[in-house]
Amino acid sequence: MYRYDRTDQQLIDERVKQYRGQIARHLAGELSEDELRPLRLQNGLYIQRHGPMLRIAIPYGMLASAQLRKLAEISRRYDRAVGHFTTRQNMQLNWPQFEETPEILAELASVEMHAVQTSGNCVRNITTDHFAGVAPDELEDPRPYCELLRQWSTFHPEFAFLPRKFKIAVNAAATDRAVIRAHDIGLDLVSDERGETGFRVFVGGGLGRTPILGKPIRDFLPRRHLLSYLDAILRLYNRYGRRDNMYKARIKILVQALGVEEFARQVEAEWAQLRDGETTVTDAEFARLADHFAPPAWLTLPAEEPAHAARLHTDKAFANWVRRCVHAHRTPGYAAVTLSLKAPGVNPGDITEQQMIAVADLADRFSFGELRVSHEQNVVLADVEQRDLYDVWQIARSHRLATANIGLLTDMICCPGGDLCALANARSLPIAAAVHDRFDNLDYLYDIGDISLNISGCMNSCGHHHVANIGILGVDKNNEEWYQITVGGQQGNAAAIGKVIGPSFYAQEVPEVIEALITVYLEQRTASERFIDTWQRLGVEPFKARAYAGRDRRRTAKVEPTEREVVNA
Amino acid sequence: MPRIIRNEQIVDDNWQVLTLAEGETPASVALPAEPVLLPLSVWLARRDEVVAAHRQLGVWLDSDQGPEELADDIDRLAVIGVNFPKFTDGRSYSTARLLRERYRYTGEIRALGDVLQDQLFYMRRCGIDAFALRADKDIEQALAGLRTFSDSYQAAVDQPQPFFRRRGAQEAA
Repeated sequence: MYRYDRTDQQLIDERVKQYRGQIARHLAGELSEDELRPLRLQNGLYIQRHGPMLRIAIPYGMLASAQLRKLAEISRRYDRAVGHFTTRQNMQLNWPQFEETPEILAELASVEMHAVQTSGNCVRNITTDHFAGVAPDELEDPRPYCELLRQWSTFHPEFAFLPRKFKIAVNAAATDRAVIRAHDIGLDLVSDERGETGFRVFVGGGLGRTPILGKPIRDFLPRRHLLSYLDAILRLYNRYGRRDNMYKARIKILVQALGVEEFARQVEAEWAQLRDGETTVTDAEFARLADHFAPPAWLTLPAEEPAHAARLHTDKAFANWVRRCVHAHRTPGYAAVTLSLKAPGVNPGDITEQQMIAVADLADRFSFGELRVSHEQNVVLADVEQRDLYDVWQIARSHRLATANIGLLTDMICCPGGDLCALANARSLPIAAAVHDRFDNLDYLYDIGDISLNISGCMNSCGHHHVANIGILGVDKNNEEWYQITVGGQQGNAAAIGKVIGPSFYAQEVPEVIEALITVYLEQRTASERFIDTWQRLGVEPFKARAYAGRDRRRTAKVEPTEREVVNA
Repeated sequence: MPRIIRNEQIVDDNWQVLTLAEGETPASVALPAEPVLLPLSVWLARRDEVVAAHRQLGVWLDSDQGPEELADDIDRLAVIGVNFPKFTDGRSYSTARLLRERYRYTGEIRALGDVLQDQLFYMRRCGIDAFALRADKDIEQALAGLRTFSDSYQAAVDQPQPFFRRRGAQEAA
């Protein structure tokens, strides 16, 4: 993975010093709360319901074991010994002390980490495929490009005060696992007929209040032009994106207002002035970055390990785990392993200090000392030898990291919701817990098969509910928590935004409604259909009819989602 | 006399900034004595009159006004102000870069409005070389904001080469 050189380290150290000064000036009364807010947000510090929340950057989800150990130590010394992984592959600490945040950033800097631009109206953490570098369907490792973008976006002088936040994701595989079309800019790595690497560029995607999929504005951008082209897009957005209404300030609104063709034309016109300058990326830089992500020293191993095959036959629990949590690897004899952070009774994406240490140990012992955070809020060991899988499983199981539910109903993406977040309209964690309670039988979950269920506590959609097969959105009506249900969203190459099935539900109704939707699927499916396939074949009606059957809808007048101040957290 | 930061020094400065009060129009407003930064609308409406009356010319652009509007006049302006009505309004960073990099403006670009210490580093990188710090802030202390970082990844006005073109030499040094 990428390792800092002297200058990278110096910049992060200087950032800590800058932040320390800002907090000191604030405490001395020289920097008002309003003046500090945008500054602390660009260092990941929110003021939440119960106090500060610090969002730590994990660039494109990559972590070294030493970094995870440092996160464990920070969570113990400065928080409540638990961290929470987010859909931007970052980690949030929910209980730090305001005055101690400069110390936390200094601790992070000691292991080449930071909280730079994890919030604020700037370019946020770049995200990508959690199987980058090992996926069999990958054209090229996307991580060198992610690191290029990390450096380009870090302290970009022109784009630190955009109209609104700006999210970029990169996919380099046949199957998009980075939800690139739900991003302000989605980059899809492709190669042209001469074998040159470049990107198909999508713009204007995003979830939130107005969910929309990004649209292509360029079919092939040679990789050397990546930064100047992004400069052109960001400059247009910075100059012409709306600033009068924060709900209309994302780039998707500008793209919609101009029309995608006109937006693309303006980008091309601006880019014509910028291209072929010094910002054109050199082959030497691509080579330098690629070196940082050179494959580890994989052994030459048989594709099938007999002992492993034998255990699959004799140990059903192990076989179930392998089926759901072990993924194909481009190198024979290796596998990628997802450690589930979706055990029953645990807030989705939460990881305790002890678990962090256990994962770091697993990474050191079995996966070249590195790991990844997935946007689905799980942890991935990318390079495990097939013959070690049984040991990994046993150790992971002893730390409650081996729930065999990846890709199943209980592998929920879920935001912290109203229990912690000041922006939330409703709680999301009790809903996740209720889903776990209702669907606690693994065999039942296996029978339901591949499905996604995501939960957001407000319109900001941190829980990605729009792109889930079943999405749950918390809404507020007269200070009561209600939940709006969408069906039919999905990630991947056929990404789609789910549709609202009707009026919202009470919290206690939600598990029954999910079960009703699932029952329609189980009754109507053909042998090969997943939930989403049956939904697409049948349409909304049978699902809607079952979901509302026997419910007194006079109580549930249509609820308009309300929003609270977003940028002022 | 008011003080500003210019070329990384604190200096006395007597430029005034004209703003149109309620009821005033570009055509009717009284032109102050020079040196004065005029709103774009006044400059566009009364260019010939201003040029005849003033030796030192200055115009200020609000954050929703681009450098395109001054394209024909760039070379005659001694000072161009770029306004930051709120320090979170980032449009004038683009304006300043365009003035320097596209229109090759070599005169003074002065940040006006909600200009605070923690924005100065980015402003300087975008080609702003004078800073009318918000009056209630400590201008001496703010000077430190120009030197927050010792280097930068991106190309900008202050450093036309992105760091990746310089990295080898830097690390070898």
